[in-house]
Amino acid sequence: MKPRDLTDLAVRNLREAILRNALTTLGVAVGVASLVAMLSLGVGLQQLASKRLSQSGLFDTIFVTPKNSFRGMGRPQREAESDKPPRPLDEEARKEFEKLPNVIEVYPQIRFFTEVRFNNKPYATVVAGLPESSRNSGAFDGIEGSFFSSPTADEAILQIEFAKDLSEKPQSLLGQEITLRYAERQAIPAAGGDASSSAAPEASGGFSVVPKELRLKIIGVVETEPAAGYGGYGNARLLMPLETAATLRAAQVNDLRDIVRGSAANKVTFPSLSVRAKSPSQVEALEASIKSMGFNAFSLLDASKSLRTFFSVFDLLLGIFGSLALAVATLGIVNTLVMAILERRREIGVLKALGAADRDVQQLFFVEAGVMGLLGGFLGVLFGWLLGRTITFGTNVYLKRQALNPIELSSVPWWLIIAAIVFAVLVSLVAGLYPASRAAKLNPVDALRYE
Amino acid sequence: MGRMTDHQPAIRLEHISRHYSMGETSVRAVDDVSLIVPRGEFLALLGSSGSGKSTLLNLMAGLDRPTSGTIFGNGQNLATLSSIELAQYRRNTIGMIFQSFNLLPRMTLEENVELPLRLAEVDRSERGARVREALERVRLTHRVGHRPAELSGGEQQRVAIARALVNRPQILLADEPTGNLDSSTGEAILTLLRDLRQQIGMTVVVVTHERPLAERFADRLATMGDGKLLDATASVKGLA
Repeated sequence: MKPRDLTDLAVRNLREAILRNALTTLGVAVGVASLVAMLSLGVGLQQLASKRLSQSGLFDTIFVTPKNSFRGMGRPQREAESDKPPRPLDEEARKEFEKLPNVIEVYPQIRFFTEVRFNNKPYATVVAGLPESSRNSGAFDGIEGSFFSSPTADEAILQIEFAKDLSEKPQSLLGQEITLRYAERQAIPAAGGDASSSAAPEASGGFSVVPKELRLKIIGVVETEPAAGYGGYGNARLLMPLETAATLRAAQVNDLRDIVRGSAANKVTFPSLSVRAKSPSQVEALEASIKSMGFNAFSLLDASKSLRTFFSVFDLLLGIFGSLALAVATLGIVNTLVMAILERRREIGVLKALGAADRDVQQLFFVEAGVMGLLGGFLGVLFGWLLGRTITFGTNVYLKRQALNPIELSSVPWWLIIAAIVFAVLVSLVAGLYPASRAAKLNPVDALRYE
Repeated sequence: MGRMTDHQPAIRLEHISRHYSMGETSVRAVDDVSLIVPRGEFLALLGSSGSGKSTLLNLMAGLDRPTSGTIFGNGQNLATLSSIELAQYRRNTIGMIFQSFNLLPRMTLEENVELPLRLAEVDRSERGARVREALERVRLTHRVGHRPAELSGGEQQRVAIARALVNRPQILLADEPTGNLDSSTGEAILTLLRDLRQQIGMTVVVVTHERPLAERFADRLATMGDGKLLDATASVKGLA
């Protein structure tokens, strides 16, 4: 039979036992819905997690340090083998990194522990400089107030815990001024004071530390800790634009190391640089090219890989649970079609007497199974999407009560919609295999025998 | 008529047997039957119930295969045909009608008649005309959009005949076509079959247990009993 006639007959047959076939189709729909809902939760959670993680800057940032920055202690032999001095991590290197493909920004870490005065009360805290690229990273989506007006503004964003220390109502801090007291490094000429010559004999200079003050306007309070952890800003509670922070020349912890190494000469070097890639997928190649330039480079890509593995397994488990309902629905299709064979014995006999081949009868039952699968698939995707929305809605109602930000818990991407419908049809066809071959094998003489 | 130039008979049965095993015993539904049905003949297969006449008809129709013996239908040895080829034979060479009409109850008359055209993959554009032609032949052109249950038995059997004719078969096989009809309607159906045979030049084989009707309409009578062909020589015209 031609496909159109086959489909026409199949749909007609399905309509003849409309209740039973509708219930069977609904069974398939429920099965597909549970599968779609489960997988949409899996996908949604994965997207949520990877969004959070990319906001944290953990996985798109490469942390670069000069080679052998501690000499002697760890690897004395290798040190002896190569006489070449390690390449310094200076402004020149920074410019080279910036020219690499897929690099958004290269920035040094500026973080120092200092004292802040607010309402004439001293508070000890960690101050960190924020690179401009963090504006768009999404880490400040939940900010109260706004992001820095310019990369060189004298403005501060406070972390919520610190803001709570300053005032009972953190929101009231917006627009107020806070005084940053810090120690400025001031280079001492080589020929200068005797203190330097005794500290580092081969150094051309050292520095003295001069207390300074800077007034910053509080423009934002942020709840999350952007880019906390590795390569990030640690426990910084007061965030300011990186360029503003750089102009302070505030004394940092690693300055002491420079003195010990004696490389803190007239050239500015960085203890470390963070290289931010456009996306985590480019980190591996970037890391390799930075290493080939003669620096140490680290990233947490491996951790992200194992996270992806985790989600694959998680999705698989959700998929298996979701498939259970579909498996039950499959049995429903088998049952319905086997019942239909018993009912339509005579009709099958007539079709064969009129010249239908076994193949025609088989295809007819096959198409009936397929149509139920297709309809069930469409309905199921719709139900599953609704179920996902409902779960998201319920979760967000709960989160709102807990004064937390809403999240997008379930996500139904295109591939999931198409895959679910295709899967439903395939599973239905498999379910139709046995009934179809049984119907095809029906002996027409027996089927037509007058009862 | 063109088919008269064809030397092959419409149906030739050579030592046909059909045995069924029912549990431990073997039932010989048809036992060593040989019969030739020439083209254009109206043959009546007579016999009491269980005599094997319906089984013989199903074998001629290619719905069943014999346990032994050879069947030639329209010159083709049915034993050599694959199941798909046998389906083609049923579709194109044979038209069948039944005692209980066997129309599909949820289809309209037109759709019932169209069904063999669908199976034969006849073009959609051609089907309407073919269906109308077949329905005209059985003189049923009104109520074609109705369901079979809305018609009388005689009308239903006429639709079944139209369905059997729509693929223009050369052989029409009828299994007790008057069994569910009152005698006058039954006569009308047999008259119709006889007329069609003459108009189209078909070969007609009718299974019946009503000897008087058979004697009135058939060219020849073949009588079955216990699976055997008892007598196939009685030419009705000769008797008359």
